[in-house]
Amino acid sequence: MTALPVSPAPAPSPAGEPLVDVRDLKVHFPIRRGVLIDRIAGYVYAVDGVSLQVRRGETYGLVGESGCGKTTFGRGLLRLVEPTGGSAMFDGTELRSLKGEQLRRMRRRMQMIFQDPLSSLDPRQSIDSILSEGLKAHDLYGSQETAGKKLRETLTAVGLPASALRKYPHEFSGGQRQRIGIARALILQPDLIVADEPVSALDVSVQAQVINLLDDLQVEFGLTYLVIAHDLAVVRHISDRVGVMYLGGLVEEASSDDLYADPLHPYTRALMSAVPVPDPEVEDARQQILLAGDLPSPANPPAGCRFHTRCPWKQETRCDTERPELRELTPGHRVACHWAEDVKAGKIRPHEVSVELVRPSGAGPGDGRVTETVAEVAGTLPPKS
Amino acid sequence: MSTRTRDKIDALAKTSADSGGTSLAVDALKRLSRNPVAITGAVIVTLFLLLAIFAPLIAPKDPYVRYLIDEIRQGTPLGGRPGFPLGTDQEGRDLLSRLIVASRQSLIVGVMATLIGLAVGMVMGTLSGALGGWTDTILMRFTDVLLSIPSLLLAISIAALAAKPGQWTVIVAVSIVSIPIFARLLRGSMLAQRGSDHVLAARALGVKERTIVFRHMLPNSLSPVIVLATLTLATSILEAAALSFLGLGDQDPNRAEWGAMLGEASQRYFDVRPEMALWPGLAIVLVALGFTLLGESLREALDPKNRR
Amino acid sequence: MALLDVRDLRVVFHRRGTEPFPAVDGVTFSVEPGQTIGLVGESGCGKSVTSLAIMGLLPKRGATVTGQVMFEDTDLLKLSDRQLRDRRGRDIGMIFQDPLSSLNPVIPIGLQVTEVLQRHRGLRGKAAKTEAEGLLKSVGIPDPNRRLGEYPHQLSGGMRQRALIAIALACRPRLLIADEPTTALDVTIQAQILALLRQLVEGTGTALIMITHDLGVVAGLCDQVNVLYAGKVVETADRHRLFGEPRHPYTHGLLGSVPRLDSPRGEPLAAISGSVNDNIPWTSGCAFAPRCSNAIDQCVEQTPALEDDGLRLLRCFNPVAPETAASQEVPA
Repeated sequence: MTALPVSPAPAPSPAGEPLVDVRDLKVHFPIRRGVLIDRIAGYVYAVDGVSLQVRRGETYGLVGESGCGKTTFGRGLLRLVEPTGGSAMFDGTELRSLKGEQLRRMRRRMQMIFQDPLSSLDPRQSIDSILSEGLKAHDLYGSQETAGKKLRETLTAVGLPASALRKYPHEFSGGQRQRIGIARALILQPDLIVADEPVSALDVSVQAQVINLLDDLQVEFGLTYLVIAHDLAVVRHISDRVGVMYLGGLVEEASSDDLYADPLHPYTRALMSAVPVPDPEVEDARQQILLAGDLPSPANPPAGCRFHTRCPWKQETRCDTERPELRELTPGHRVACHWAEDVKAGKIRPHEVSVELVRPSGAGPGDGRVTETVAEVAGTLPPKS
Repeated sequence: MSTRTRDKIDALAKTSADSGGTSLAVDALKRLSRNPVAITGAVIVTLFLLLAIFAPLIAPKDPYVRYLIDEIRQGTPLGGRPGFPLGTDQEGRDLLSRLIVASRQSLIVGVMATLIGLAVGMVMGTLSGALGGWTDTILMRFTDVLLSIPSLLLAISIAALAAKPGQWTVIVAVSIVSIPIFARLLRGSMLAQRGSDHVLAARALGVKERTIVFRHMLPNSLSPVIVLATLTLATSILEAAALSFLGLGDQDPNRAEWGAMLGEASQRYFDVRPEMALWPGLAIVLVALGFTLLGESLREALDPKNRR
Repeated sequence: MALLDVRDLRVVFHRRGTEPFPAVDGVTFSVEPGQTIGLVGESGCGKSVTSLAIMGLLPKRGATVTGQVMFEDTDLLKLSDRQLRDRRGRDIGMIFQDPLSSLNPVIPIGLQVTEVLQRHRGLRGKAAKTEAEGLLKSVGIPDPNRRLGEYPHQLSGGMRQRALIAIALACRPRLLIADEPTTALDVTIQAQILALLRQLVEGTGTALIMITHDLGVVAGLCDQVNVLYAGKVVETADRHRLFGEPRHPYTHGLLGSVPRLDSPRGEPLAAISGSVNDNIPWTSGCAFAPRCSNAIDQCVEQTPALEDDGLRLLRCFNPVAPETAASQEVPA
């Protein structure tokens, strides 16, 4: 009752078993129009059929650019937004069937870390009351002394002094605030922590501290992470497996090393070639796959493969008519591309892409088609030394 | 690195690990105390409060006694003279004493009207912001109706409805005008909080909905309401004065009230004694200014953007 | 001869009730035509303030700017507001981090471009429109003719940044200052914009000052890199030297703390302790000393000077040994 590192799960499934099992999860936001009476004018297909499993004790990284639906997926999984379809099993329980109090009780076991550490902490609460709030909500507070001890132990675990308890969020630096956010999640001894862009609001030198801290805590407390981020380098560093999202769907999933060594989906290849590496030798030698155009609107996603409008490997058939399913190409490596084998074998070559103009307002693809000489160079990153 | 170096660094570094623990409220007060506008407002308001509370002690003469009724000819008020620095009204009562005592009236009406408006408006705003849905729609359409009528016109209509106008009809009329404003403001502020990260964080933590509303959403929504309350004190005093000016205030001829004094002086004696209108008018403007300055500087101090 | 020569630039902010705060504390660097210079550092290191000071965009009240900013033969700091406005846009262009708030939301893109053309190059009517269309095309905006009539909110983030670059380029400036131009953009869009900037420098001989916190962006783009910490330059070198052999413990630490896409997994990152708030004033020693793993007694007794060893400029009493520094280079 006093020591923090207690195995928390009431009925733990063995390591390696899926803790989270999501099937075909959908989150569609209605677009409402109308003055007096709301009329549903369409949907934003923020998450449109994502299936993935997170095994107990592992770190699953979900990567993608803004607007790909990764944040909504994380919130939909925790039911902070309501999914509109599919299933989300957490340790054998269907989260989507839980009601009110049941769901609230379940929240102890699945916690969240937010991107902006300042805005996610109530500015009017001291650190003491921020940390004890979760304990009180789940009747774990006990007496003043035991709770105080727990608070101090948790602060120590995230590398903050006990004197922090009296202070308020605005008195800390960004990195320290993120540590507080982590402590708030950690103190409930959850099984799963969903970390939504946990380091992207932090200074470079502080990012590393937080990444290392997350790593250490995982070992110490046997946590399972779902890390959501746009930074492929960060995700690859901390994750065991990585899923790549594009426009509401998962396009590729593989172990971290596999994904880097052998990216199969054209989008993953382009994404990887675009990540700058802090090394002039690598940068000078790199060949980039520059994607033409912008992300299409999730309110009006392209038919067929969502990526076909920007894909340098797009083929005449199937790509614009048939939405590719995720399929396992090599063990543990799933990809949603009709032509993945041919792309991998080099049978089909990348070509120029005619850009369809994209309206951020979601008015749909424009009529003007202009050929842009952007994606002529292909190839993955040069070999690492 | 030697321990000496460590010590020196600790001494030099700004980190001061054990200081701190200042809440936002303390922080805002510190900023207020450095702001000359806030100090001006606070001085005016404090003087007004002291004047109102100790009015009977400060007033040089009894405001209700018709000292010089015998010298009044054709109901014309008297000018300044020894013992009566501002002269008397048409019934021979000391004008200065009546001005001083009238501050009480303004304070009572202003504070009561604001408190009632604040209380009812906050209940409506909280319900609306916390429950949403139909409750929200109904409450907000109701406030829309109230807001669509010009505020003074609304106050006049309500005051005119009363069978026997008096202090309380003024208070009720003025407070009803401010209810929808408070309700709207608090609701908007609550809705903004509902979408904020720290409320989402509390929900993810498994905190009960009721706790989220009262512990996170409401306290963080109050800053603009406090500012508005301060400003409403000013407008309430002005509106109460306006009602009295129009003859919809307290009908007791003995009671001293700035609005009524201004009304009488400007309508009946402006040709003979124009300065009689000046004094109550000045008093109203000064008090309203004091509360407005204080409110505006509060707004500045509570603005999260101004935090270090 | 250098196009822009910044010498001992100092910006001190004054705020009621607080000590004067030196945001930029004696920064010196120069840019040649066709050269790309990087100013790198974390929040609060003074990189953005430096650019605003060069452009004369700091508020007159509350900020004292001293030193020299020579643009060819003119000291920009000595110019009147009017003269400076003329210089801005004509000789020096600037690109900001947030393209949406840097563009006027109620004026069509085309008008915002032609306005600059009219003001600085005297182009009018049809000529201005043709030129604007050409500009948008040159920064890779498809269908420029139609885009001219559109408003900023109708463009995507990447397109807005391109439009902003087009405006900055409208007068063929000889110097372009880019302040975190890709921070608000996605990586694939960032790659497009960086490629565009690179083309521009190579193709037109424009000088570029790139201000960023992202070491990866700098590595591929800048000829020379200045690393700033708490308002002072701590290390300056050619990018190959700086990244290959970072000698200042801060530079070394920064490079160690970024996870690299091509580095082996599983090892903890070499993080720098503390945060940028944990500084000591430069007057009492080295500002970085409290966070520095190499700090020695001297670091808190004397202010280190920026010393030139022929290969790089370095401000450190106890730099990282060359062999340690080099070993950080791409782990095998």
